[in-house]
Amino acid sequence: MKKLLSYTWSIAFITVLLVSWEIGARLYDKSFLFPSPSAILVKLWELKAELFIHHLPPTALTILIGLTISIVIGSALAVSMYMKKPIEQAFYPILIASQTIPIIALAPIFVLWLGYSIWSKVAVTVLITFFPITVSVFDGLRSSDRNLRELMLTMGASTKDIFFKLDIPSALPSFFSGLKVAVTLSVIGAAIGEWLGAQAGLGYFSRRMMTQFDSAAVFAPIVLLSAVGIICFLFVVWLEKIFLHWRKHQ
Amino acid sequence: MKKTVLEFDSVSFHYQAAKTSLPTAILDHVHLRVHEGEFVSIIGPSGYGKSTLFRLITGLENPDGGQILVNGEASDNRLGQVGYMPQQDLLMPWRTILENVRLPLELQGKKQAHARIIELLADFGLAGVENTYPANLSGGMRQRVSFLRTVLTGSNILLLDEPFSALDAITRLTMQEWLVDQWQKFDKTILFITHDIDEALFLSDRIFVLAEKPVQTIREIVVPLDRPRTMRNLAQPEMIELKERLISELRSEASL
Repeated sequence: MKKLLSYTWSIAFITVLLVSWEIGARLYDKSFLFPSPSAILVKLWELKAELFIHHLPPTALTILIGLTISIVIGSALAVSMYMKKPIEQAFYPILIASQTIPIIALAPIFVLWLGYSIWSKVAVTVLITFFPITVSVFDGLRSSDRNLRELMLTMGASTKDIFFKLDIPSALPSFFSGLKVAVTLSVIGAAIGEWLGAQAGLGYFSRRMMTQFDSAAVFAPIVLLSAVGIICFLFVVWLEKIFLHWRKHQ
Repeated sequence: MKKTVLEFDSVSFHYQAAKTSLPTAILDHVHLRVHEGEFVSIIGPSGYGKSTLFRLITGLENPDGGQILVNGEASDNRLGQVGYMPQQDLLMPWRTILENVRLPLELQGKKQAHARIIELLADFGLAGVENTYPANLSGGMRQRVSFLRTVLTGSNILLLDEPFSALDAITRLTMQEWLVDQWQKFDKTILFITHDIDEALFLSDRIFVLAEKPVQTIREIVVPLDRPRTMRNLAQPEMIELKERLISELRSEASL
């Protein structure tokens, strides 16, 4: 109940926003340009079969594959940078510099290389989520306590012991923060990838409807996309609560 | 004569903060011997090598010259041979008390007798906390957990680095009496760093005074008190005299 109360203001704000949007749209009365929230919901209902069966699965698959690749390769790179100084010196500056590349502008090249298959969309998703995961794992590993490391050494701990019993638990909180950023970005990555060319997908469908001046149908898949983002985010929060349950004791 | 469990044979050590800075000599051909079952305090101003002494004994550092013998053996890899209890409790916040305490057993690959650990926790006045997290315990309780973890390394030599310095005065007194009880019960050799002269006098058989830089000879003081002791013993005239002498010795050095 108390938790619900803390949302009071944000619920009130959203309600005000939606109501004014609804009123504004009805007054303006050009639904092909500026649809009302109720019109978007109606559209979502009308298109439910097409959106859920035809367009949601490829987008969800892109997000899943992209995130998995980012987590595996990003964590592996972070661990090698942490373990070996030369690897850190070689990759860290490149990693930072890669963030100045406008990824969206780079996306067409992936279509050129990987075609209109799912892999060009996965590539964009990986490119956009790789950085937060690598950096958060690396920073997390570096945050492990030096004094604890020395104490473990005096107990006869091996490098492997220190990695699994100290470094990894120390890195987990930071990893989850990075993952929260990455899951929300992954939805954006998948949508951008689909704009460039696809046969199906929520991003692709939204863009196609734009060419048909059906703005309610442009919004409907976007509502669905953000719902996917929110669900992924909540899933990470849930995982975080399980793995870091000790934090609620602090 | 009791067995010697720890011996420094002409040990030298210097410390270098950075590659460009000048090396500072800390120990210069130092000799010391600690016997089985002794309680020895190490006292001296900050920066005179008290903690360095511990880093050398544990094996985190190796001497530039001379030998360190732990239980009669000289080796460059002494890690894992003595129990070390740091100044901060250094409990892992993500582990429960039970999981924290059993860490040394885990690292040695030993079977973890949970029932025995829970029994020991109860002996340490920590009954019922085995499944809670360090953040839920008071400072005094955390130090006791940390001490139990040190005991469970199984080493006969325990090094305690100012373990009570962060506690309030009352908790500290209780913990000192408690420590003496535990020391007698577990039959360990304890080296105890402190900068509190009363604490050193109350706890120790002998006191090592580090009062020169670099240390060439460690001055030894035998505490002329029988056990069991009470705080009141420290008010005896010869103890007050000893304390005065220690203070003037340390002060003449610290004021330089």
